[in-house]
Amino acid sequence: MLKRNPFRFLIALATMVTLMIAPAHARVEININKGNVEPLPIAITDFLQGELGQKISDVVAADLKRSGLFAPIAKTAFIEKITNPDAAPRFEDWKVINAQALVTGRVTQEGDGRLKAEFRLWDSFAGQQMAGQQFFTQPENWRRVAHIIADAIYEQITGEKGYFDTRIVYVAESGPKTARKRQLAIMDQDGANARGITNSNDIVLTPRFSPNKQEITYMSFEGNEPRVYLLQLETGQREVVGNFPGMTFAPRFSPDGQRVIMSLQQDGNANIYTMDLRSRTTTRLTSTAAIDTSPSYSPDGGQIVFESDRGGRQQLYVMSSGGGGQNRISFGDGSYSTPVWSPRGDLIAFTKQSGGKFSIGVMKPDGSGERILTTGFHNEGPTWAPNGRVLMFFRQNAGAGGPQLYSIDLTGYNEQLVQTKGFASDPAWSPLLE
Amino acid sequence: MSRIHAQAAGRMQSIARNPIMIALFASLALAACAKKPMNSAGDLGLGANSAATPGSTQDFTVNVGDRIFFDTDSTSIRADAQATLDRQAQWLAKYPNYAITVEGHADERGTREYNLALGARRAASTKEYLSSRGISASKIKTISYGKEKPVAVCDDISCWSQNRRAVTVLGGAGM
Repeated sequence: MLKRNPFRFLIALATMVTLMIAPAHARVEININKGNVEPLPIAITDFLQGELGQKISDVVAADLKRSGLFAPIAKTAFIEKITNPDAAPRFEDWKVINAQALVTGRVTQEGDGRLKAEFRLWDSFAGQQMAGQQFFTQPENWRRVAHIIADAIYEQITGEKGYFDTRIVYVAESGPKTARKRQLAIMDQDGANARGITNSNDIVLTPRFSPNKQEITYMSFEGNEPRVYLLQLETGQREVVGNFPGMTFAPRFSPDGQRVIMSLQQDGNANIYTMDLRSRTTTRLTSTAAIDTSPSYSPDGGQIVFESDRGGRQQLYVMSSGGGGQNRISFGDGSYSTPVWSPRGDLIAFTKQSGGKFSIGVMKPDGSGERILTTGFHNEGPTWAPNGRVLMFFRQNAGAGGPQLYSIDLTGYNEQLVQTKGFASDPAWSPLLE
Repeated sequence: MSRIHAQAAGRMQSIARNPIMIALFASLALAACAKKPMNSAGDLGLGANSAATPGSTQDFTVNVGDRIFFDTDSTSIRADAQATLDRQAQWLAKYPNYAITVEGHADERGTREYNLALGARRAASTKEYLSSRGISASKIKTISYGKEKPVAVCDDISCWSQNRRAVTVLGGAGM
């Protein structure tokens, strides 16, 4: 089944086996709710044997470092050379260089050609193993294995799910602004394995992942008819969502993946509709002489946040999933747009325009507790990592030729450029891969 | 004059060895510095009052004016825009074989999804005005490109004001 798949990155990881030694009670931990935490010094040794082992450990280290919560120690500082990753290391050698945690591992080729990757996570100061797992996969999936190991380490130490074994779909942009080419592209969350998934003949915008299928909804100007589409990643098959009498845009999936919610433009007004992907029935949720757009479901599917200029400038509103009880939640200076509900349900991220600046911020679903994470000439379009800890968005600096992707911690710390080959906008984070 | 002029001039010095790049930046600078809103003919380097065949696309863009401009976040038709649309309506009445597409655009100082709707609203108000001047609504198609197709590129109002526009295209997209 998997061999027919033209998108190699979709190949599921084969198996995961927890190694025999039971994890000890960890003393090493990071409380990630404290804000600007001191990154945890961690030693990530080269996995045995050879070049591939070293590449895997480098990807693990890069993931953990980019999270801002870990400080991988330079390999040149290591005293002990790991020769048997299954045996307890000389903890004294690691304590001396202040490696609070230590990762050892091995990668080997099985008789059937599969790759076997094993790792152990050690607490140097407690002198104990914290975790140990092994994975089997096809050799070309070695980066995924590395991301899964990084997720396991992140979860073991922070107590929260990781987000490294994920992908980003985005709009890759090239050419001058007056003749910009756009295509949908997909890449691993660390920027690796980037590839285009549509051609660049038509304007394509706002791709979003299905929560549970290898499917994307996005907007395309194909045939000069701006419409919301579905794209099956495994087959490349595309279809228009619904048969609406006007431009449809701003699509997102419902949390169960069964509906697409979007705006329909008719004359000067935009209203919010859903389409059930099984029954193909459409339901109208808002009905105002205003622009109602950028709808996003709460993770339990019970509520929808959206933006509307019904009161003058764009503001955020919350309604029930049936369209009832539409209440404004944003009341700060300026205008608010592109609301996205956190996968944890506790916050709504948004773009805010105020005083000629564009900011990314978060607020609680009742509108309280607004916090601005980053401000500048132009920041737009936040998307949540599946664990609700990290946001990605796009930024264009004044004078820049185009936008680029950035990630930032929920606390507002650890802003990082996400490397893409050309300009990039409209990032959307995938769920954790399965 | 607008900021892009200085920027483009500065860049021209640094890339003086590349004639293609010079041509590109020179046309950009011209576009951004035009005192009057530029039109397609300006893009092509044609002067006004050129010998366009009456009733041709060139006649429409050069002698009538194919685009109107909007204030920030506004979709109402300004007085100067009304004059342009009145000329468009007269011309279209004279040459009734043309159907048109009105393309609505927004400047880049907004979010992408909202700007798609804002561009649509500008196209709709332009269509409404043209119909009020006797052009059959059935001959007017509208489309919004949001902020995705700017004509002027710089980071200040001299460009943004040119990008907030509705362009009337004869027998345009999708017709």
